[in-house]
Amino acid sequence: MTITFMMDGKEVTAQDGQTLLDVARENGINIPTICFHEATTANALCRICVVEVEGMRVLQPSCVVKAGANMKVQTRSEKVLRARKTILEMLASTMDLSDAPDILTMMDEYGASHERFPDAERRESEVKDDNPMYVRDYSKCLLCWRCVQVCADDAQYTFAINFEGRGFETQIATFFDKPIPETTCVMCGQCVGVCPTGALKPKREFLLEQGMSPNEISVLNTGRKKRKS
Amino acid sequence: MIKPDRVVTSTCPYCGVGCTLQLHVKDDFIFKVTTPFDSPVNHGNLCVKGRFGYDFIYHPKRITTPMVRRYLLEGKSIFDVRHSDSALRPQTFELSNNELSPSPWDWVETDWDTALNIVADNLTRIYKRDGSDAMAVYCCAKATNEDNYVLQKMYRALFRTNNVDHCTRLCHAGSVVALQQAVGSSAMSNTASQVVMNDVFIVTGSNTSENHPIIALQMKEAVQKHGAKMIVVDPRRIDLVDMAEMWLPLKPGTNVPVFSAMANVIVKEDLVNWDFVKNRTENFDEFLESLEKFTPEYAEEISGVPAEDIRKAARMYATAKNAAIYWGMGISQLSHGTASAMALIHLAFLTGHVGRDGTGLNPLRGQNNVQGASDMGSMPFHYPGYMRVDNPDNRSKWEKAWNIEEGGLSLKLGLTTTEILGNAHEGGVRALYIMGENPMMSEPNLNLTRHHMEQLEFIVAQDIFINESAAFADVFLPATPFAEKDGTFSNTDRRVQRVRAAHSPRGMSRPDWQIVCDIALRIESRLGVDTSHWAYSNPEEILREMGSVNPDYAGITYDRIDKEGLIYPVPHMEHPGTPTLFKESFPRGRGKFHALDYVPVREQVDDEYPFILTTGRLLEHWHGGSMTRNSALNEIYPEARVEIHPADAEIHGIRNGDPVKVQSRRGEVIVRATVTEKTTVGVIFLPWHFHEAAANLLTNDALDPQAKIPEFKACAVQVFPARESDLPNAEIVLNRGRY
Amino acid sequence: MSDIDLSQLQPAIKKFIPLGRTGLLPALHAAQNIYGWLPESVAAEISKALRVPLADVHGVIEFYSMYYNKPTGRNVIRVCTDPACGLRDGDGLLKKLCGQFDVEPHQTHPELDLTIEPSPCLGMCDQVPAMLVTKGDRAIEDFGVDKNFRPKSLVGGTLRLLTKNCGGETTSLETYGGYTALEKAKAMSREQVVEEIKASGLVGRGGAAFPTGIKWEGALKAEGDAKYVICNADESEPGTFKDRVLMLDDPHLMIEGLCIAAYAIGASKGYIYIRGEYPYIVPVLENALSEARAAGYLENFDIEIRVGAGAYICGEETALFESIEGKRGFPRVKPPFPTTHGVFGKPTVINNVETLCNVPLILDKGAVEYRKIGTEKSPGPKLFCLSGDVVKPGVYEVAFGATLREVLEMAGGVMDGKKLKSVLFGGAAGAFATAEHLDVKMTFEDLRAFGLPLGSGVVMVFDETRDMRDVLKRLGHFFAHESCGKCYPCQMGTRRQMEILDRVAEGNPQEGDFVRLQDVGWTMTDASLCGLGQTAASAVLSAMKLWPDLFEVKS
Repeated sequence: MTITFMMDGKEVTAQDGQTLLDVARENGINIPTICFHEATTANALCRICVVEVEGMRVLQPSCVVKAGANMKVQTRSEKVLRARKTILEMLASTMDLSDAPDILTMMDEYGASHERFPDAERRESEVKDDNPMYVRDYSKCLLCWRCVQVCADDAQYTFAINFEGRGFETQIATFFDKPIPETTCVMCGQCVGVCPTGALKPKREFLLEQGMSPNEISVLNTGRKKRKS
Repeated sequence: MIKPDRVVTSTCPYCGVGCTLQLHVKDDFIFKVTTPFDSPVNHGNLCVKGRFGYDFIYHPKRITTPMVRRYLLEGKSIFDVRHSDSALRPQTFELSNNELSPSPWDWVETDWDTALNIVADNLTRIYKRDGSDAMAVYCCAKATNEDNYVLQKMYRALFRTNNVDHCTRLCHAGSVVALQQAVGSSAMSNTASQVVMNDVFIVTGSNTSENHPIIALQMKEAVQKHGAKMIVVDPRRIDLVDMAEMWLPLKPGTNVPVFSAMANVIVKEDLVNWDFVKNRTENFDEFLESLEKFTPEYAEEISGVPAEDIRKAARMYATAKNAAIYWGMGISQLSHGTASAMALIHLAFLTGHVGRDGTGLNPLRGQNNVQGASDMGSMPFHYPGYMRVDNPDNRSKWEKAWNIEEGGLSLKLGLTTTEILGNAHEGGVRALYIMGENPMMSEPNLNLTRHHMEQLEFIVAQDIFINESAAFADVFLPATPFAEKDGTFSNTDRRVQRVRAAHSPRGMSRPDWQIVCDIALRIESRLGVDTSHWAYSNPEEILREMGSVNPDYAGITYDRIDKEGLIYPVPHMEHPGTPTLFKESFPRGRGKFHALDYVPVREQVDDEYPFILTTGRLLEHWHGGSMTRNSALNEIYPEARVEIHPADAEIHGIRNGDPVKVQSRRGEVIVRATVTEKTTVGVIFLPWHFHEAAANLLTNDALDPQAKIPEFKACAVQVFPARESDLPNAEIVLNRGRY
Repeated sequence: MSDIDLSQLQPAIKKFIPLGRTGLLPALHAAQNIYGWLPESVAAEISKALRVPLADVHGVIEFYSMYYNKPTGRNVIRVCTDPACGLRDGDGLLKKLCGQFDVEPHQTHPELDLTIEPSPCLGMCDQVPAMLVTKGDRAIEDFGVDKNFRPKSLVGGTLRLLTKNCGGETTSLETYGGYTALEKAKAMSREQVVEEIKASGLVGRGGAAFPTGIKWEGALKAEGDAKYVICNADESEPGTFKDRVLMLDDPHLMIEGLCIAAYAIGASKGYIYIRGEYPYIVPVLENALSEARAAGYLENFDIEIRVGAGAYICGEETALFESIEGKRGFPRVKPPFPTTHGVFGKPTVINNVETLCNVPLILDKGAVEYRKIGTEKSPGPKLFCLSGDVVKPGVYEVAFGATLREVLEMAGGVMDGKKLKSVLFGGAAGAFATAEHLDVKMTFEDLRAFGLPLGSGVVMVFDETRDMRDVLKRLGHFFAHESCGKCYPCQMGTRRQMEILDRVAEGNPQEGDFVRLQDVGWTMTDASLCGLGQTAASAVLSAMKLWPDLFEVKS
């Protein structure tokens, strides 16, 4: 069943069940996304994809809101632009964006300032390097939830990570902060595969960034006992 | 983030799932692996081995220079330098650094010409002296289709022998033979991703979460998101049991009674799909007679599974709209492995749960290219395409393809892997070519295997590390791993996919197919023949040559499989591939029922050896460990552990982490114990990846009469307390939280 | 970590094992009641018994303020630091108690087995500065005093319909007089009961003011193999304490309302989700439920009490569902709505305590009589919670349409004869009114016309001497503490807002803070995922309109 409605002043059509984000993409309208991922459940939590729908007081997350007949949608109204800019500025004041090129680009696009919030508390964390496969740098974590979800029932059903703290102090964590090998983690790297920033990174990539050479990396931890004769 | 120089799409070299890997390369060094979320095989998911376990490519112990034993460079004969009275040869793992007292058995680095000439000289010499029966080759279920095709071709075309085999013999041989007999094919009938269409599915003899992790994810999705009901039939409480509707914990080796009892229930309770039985099968009556004794009560007595559970499982499977069976080594690796698999096939025949989407008979193939290696005829009874070697028409086809004189190829069935070694003596097999296999870890009864290896006159090892088998070789030819060559793998659900080189071969290593073709030319020149084509300019030519005779691969070109691969049979160039087999008929026509009987495992427990030892694998490691013990994977699972049930542990005074000796009539290992309910009472489990505690020292080389597969899944052992100082590496202690 | 004796744990959590995940919060409460806190080994045991993943159990412990993952006393003194208590030096009380027992806030005195901590609003804004002393799951009058704690509130106003039995001791079933309204309802069809509620014009009393009849109709019509009714007794809005009074003094009124709701939609199971800071109400409700059971009112329908663990967000309906399901209290995206996909994904009616208390009234009187109370658009009686600088803080029941001046007078007017500076309507998630608004009728529609929310009925009074910056600072801390952390605008916005309000309260706003507060405030208001974020800035934004100079840099 086709639905017709208005987006940014022009008439667009959608199939029953499509989201506003789907329709925007099909029509070349760029709506930014951060937490959204094609392979994870959409949680509509970053709110950067919000759009203004006439008749609704609160801005609507286009990644989950389904297209409806006769909707009037504005993807770049003043309210929308203000919300996006402020969200980006808050992100910049909270976390390390150096490994999030997409967001840095967004900041330029929305005229967001990196220094908008003086004396703002940041979410900082020491790099957790507790296993040979991947490294966790939660200073770069956007709390997009993708890693928790793919470890849970979006993909892996392993449930090795969840959250600690609440509100601004939320952080991704293992059971009582145990090192990864001591958790149920099977090191499948599904989490690394969906992380939008460098918060989760293959260890080899991390070591190269630290300036180690391939040869140096290849001899790490390869000291094995001599074989018994 | 590091920006890669290039990202190369290839296929994972570990298990039969065949996940798509995107290799990110910087300065000829892979630093990261990703996978596309729309991959039809793995949907954006990988396991620890595929995602992170490629680092063995760069391990300092990797060999990239050809090596030969000093005695050969000195022009001596092995009989001049024999190692001892009982062994012609020693086992040497490293280049010697003892300049002062060189031994004839030292490994010495050399150039390709020297090494290949020595190989060609010695193989030709032995062939001319002793004939075809003295020649044997282990092809490689990890190498590409192209690698395997040319190697089996070389041995058949040049040495006129069918002593060609590979590790499928130790794996799904039972399943393959049963399927061949019952339906005339030997692969999964459906695809693994169709599990989400199953209403009911049985998982038996497969610890899927650890051995086909991505298929396990799809099974879990089927249960959690599509309402499927899973029945696990396994002596161990594997991870899948948490999501299973039923778990039937049978004693190892009692598959035939349990599944035959299920068949009995289906017949007795009139749940048979008579349409299917009448129109698609034959020999039902003989089968029916043999089924009488397999009542659920009879099965309960033998297997320990409650009769009521057998009934319930049978009803679930039979009354489902779409049901499938997925199985692994627990079915095949028995001295009655063929019968074991046959019992499963009967269930599908009775209910019609085969030949439709969302159903099937699905043996989960282990190696990344065991399906392909088998398809390429790396087996003693079959040419590529499963054409029997003892069939003159088949012989004719291949003689034409390989430009061999009429009647030149051998009609004689060849020896299987264990038989090849069993015949390693004067008058038997004298020369063995091992491509990427490690019988010194994978064969049963390793002390005996060692003895056989020591009797061979000439051994060539073509590999990337000096593993336990290559350490016995006379010549070591450094081959390239998957990331340094082009070719194809065929995964467990018959999907032929591209393998692509991420960077050029390290050191002097060369792709396997190139090495083989080089040797083949040298042998031809020594034999004074010039028959088959060996001068392939690229691996695709090899695939096309094979496809010109093997109709399953006829429509496969690199172009056609460029993005997502193709599921064979692909009989012609426009054919889209065949995910679901047997929709109209079976390759042999009708499916054949077979009368079965219960054959117990060869070695029963007794007072001296009261435990059943079952062996298997771990998520983090692969088989003999050549790759994974030379990778960071080893750090996350550094030691072998024996799994023992709390009830047994308590009786024997064993606590978690205690060192114990596990002993069979054939050998012993010393490992720490893990006390866990992952195993059942009376059954203990050992993984077979660890050379310092090789489980196959204990296993029984009793073979299935038809498939010749050894009984890895059941032998009798005893457990004794041991001391910390007895452990091979006491300071290495496993500390993981995963199940 | 020394040896924790797990042998006591098994019997305590045994009854939760068949519940699985939904039994997680009750199991954690039971465990903490034994150990005073939740050590790793205890968490692991619970994880195994209830088959909940380890990391998830840890995540739940971490989310709720009243679950402790480090050693904590079995005795806990909580002192409120929110606005109403701030007016009466709650900060000083905390300091004094810490000095008395020689511990820092959040610290534990090992010998005394006592922890003292600041707390968000305890629902005792009429008895300030408020303090809650607990020993395990039991509220006691004071530390070391082995007497049960039961706060009493003044109940006044022009009506005594909802509060007929309030203001004294707990009303027994006998005194209450039996569930006559329920019997009346059962003689009607479900559809008729729903129609009656619709006709009454009753809207939710928890703050969102959604038409109750429409909610019930949605759930009645929804398809599901099980349906649920839930009483939202998570009253945590600073300034609100009416539900406390209703439940303590007249539990059967609410329970009868819940039974009628269950009948109307065809629910077989009900929950009362009560905030963890009301432990003294739990035994009262349990007793009332046994009385109701004994009288046969709970056949084919039973009610389970679920105790929260310190999370204001769990008053949001979908977060409440998550909490009942044994998870962190993250609100869900709506649609789908609770009437079709509520707790456990099933059709659910969730109503505030006061809303449910109106239901027996409506069934007894009939919708037509009921509508004679109040105004056309805001029918019925309403409870207002008066707190702050008033002479007689307490619960006042009036008909909708009473003016602010009238209600203030009922409460004795501003304390010490001072002039009124402002009134906070609606609680922390509300807005400020001034003396200008004294004659506005307290109805939804009248207040809305002045940009003021009626909310749950909070009327917090500030006299002319009060520094509003201190009030705003406390509100800022409240929201930052209570934000669940899921959506970006609120997770980060409440923190940024708090930081700026801290500066403002010190008299040191920075250049650009005014616009920052506006941007952050409006972003939260426009783009947050749930009502908490959407109202986290409303008091601040209204204050910025009324007193802009407070936020500007002094030159």
